[in-house]
Amino acid sequence: MRIGVLALQGDFAEHVVMLRRLGVDGVEVRLPEHLDGLAGLIIPGGESTTIGKLATRWGLMEPLRDFGRSQPIWGTCAGAIFLSKDAHRDQPLLGLMDITVARNAFGRQVDSFEIGLEVAALAQPTALAGAGDTAPFHAVFIRAPLIETVGPGVEVLASLADGRIVAARQGHLLATSFHPELTGDLRFHQYFLGLT
Amino acid sequence: MTTVEVNGTDQKAQGTVALKRGLAQMLKGGVIMDVVTPDQAKIAEEAGACAVMALERVPADIRADGGVARMSDPEMILGIMEGVSIPVMAKCRIGHFVEAQVLEALGIDYIDESEVLTPADEAHHVNKHDFKVPFVCGCRNLGEALRRVGEGAAMIRTKGEAGTGDVVEAVRHARQVLGDIRRLQSLPEEELYTFAKEIGAPLELVKETRELGRMPVVNFAAGGIATPADAALMMQLGVDGVFVGSGIFKSGDPLKRAKAIVQATTHFRDAKIIAEVSRKLGEPMVGRTAASLPESEKLAKRGW
Repeated sequence: MRIGVLALQGDFAEHVVMLRRLGVDGVEVRLPEHLDGLAGLIIPGGESTTIGKLATRWGLMEPLRDFGRSQPIWGTCAGAIFLSKDAHRDQPLLGLMDITVARNAFGRQVDSFEIGLEVAALAQPTALAGAGDTAPFHAVFIRAPLIETVGPGVEVLASLADGRIVAARQGHLLATSFHPELTGDLRFHQYFLGLT
Repeated sequence: MTTVEVNGTDQKAQGTVALKRGLAQMLKGGVIMDVVTPDQAKIAEEAGACAVMALERVPADIRADGGVARMSDPEMILGIMEGVSIPVMAKCRIGHFVEAQVLEALGIDYIDESEVLTPADEAHHVNKHDFKVPFVCGCRNLGEALRRVGEGAAMIRTKGEAGTGDVVEAVRHARQVLGDIRRLQSLPEEELYTFAKEIGAPLELVKETRELGRMPVVNFAAGGIATPADAALMMQLGVDGVFVGSGIFKSGDPLKRAKAIVQATTHFRDAKIIAEVSRKLGEPMVGRTAASLPESEKLAKRGW
């Protein structure tokens, strides 16, 4: 199985390493033709404005939307913003997921944080991950966005203790405010592969 | 590092090494641009910069003006922070930990402890572990890079020779760092101790670098990058991204050149794309060859 990682800007190499650890071939995607034959796509962390402008310049917006209509896409941090339908700023967005996000919702870099999250979906037994694991997921939030609102077809996967949403799924589309690729914990990557 | 109790079971951690290094990981594959006004910062953001460096004078002007170069006016830095949504960096003088404290108090996203400013201490760099805000530092070789990481730097860049528009020193420093790592990987374990001593780097970081096959932090190129091809050259040599200082806003058409350098950094292996974005960019910054600089004007010699 080949999974694409959008490699316009950001920590795409970290996702490729996580995929490799799961025995999956991670393919860097920079142009529309690189999407051919992929079983899914990860949009990494980075700067969402930069990623959006590069995607627009090289004609990737429509091909990415087409891809996401039938194939799984997962956005981490900037990638989650890029998947959303509204980020309250004039910037290119795919609008594939029925979520709105608030960019830099926690403040600047000095407000970035790490925290353990309860993610019930990771505790479900799956073919790939086996029995499931109830341990908290160590989540790394870096100048992170929040998922402010979710539409009717969107399932909330994880929230902070105060109820603010940080992970959501809409069918085969997945958005996380945080960066599983910066940890050694493969569970979210396994969960995403389960959507393919 | 500080921890905050969030509820009965969960601990929230801030200012950690993972968070400091992590922000640099988000900048990878991107271009960080020097800007001196909020308007320039907006142009940089529009062009696709992944971050901006807020400063009063770009290095080419610091060279031309002479005198002591210091941290920029907080008013000017705050104006840039308010003007854009991307991360904002700012420079403090080498060893000037109070300038660093001031920048942290402003809420800056990254501090560049930079040789472009006049050093405040000729023996010691800032103890960067004391800060919640992450630091980037310049280097010319692996030993210098790992000394900075040992002091707490969460990101490294080559020094190059800032404000010249001449990429030769950035190439020299990138080849030196990456060559040092290749040499390190070829050594038998018993030679690591002497290697660490020779390059003047902490043994643990030498071992970590050898195991990873790369620097333990993100490594950008800086100092003299002026064209899309310069940026792609540095990327092909193996750095994670580029800083462009004077090269953009000292050129004839800054927005066009800035966009072109962003495109070339993403598509750094695609010569057709680099050719396309390099067309009709207008005048590049007026360069000054690094070799023509008198020793006293070489900024890369600052820092130890």
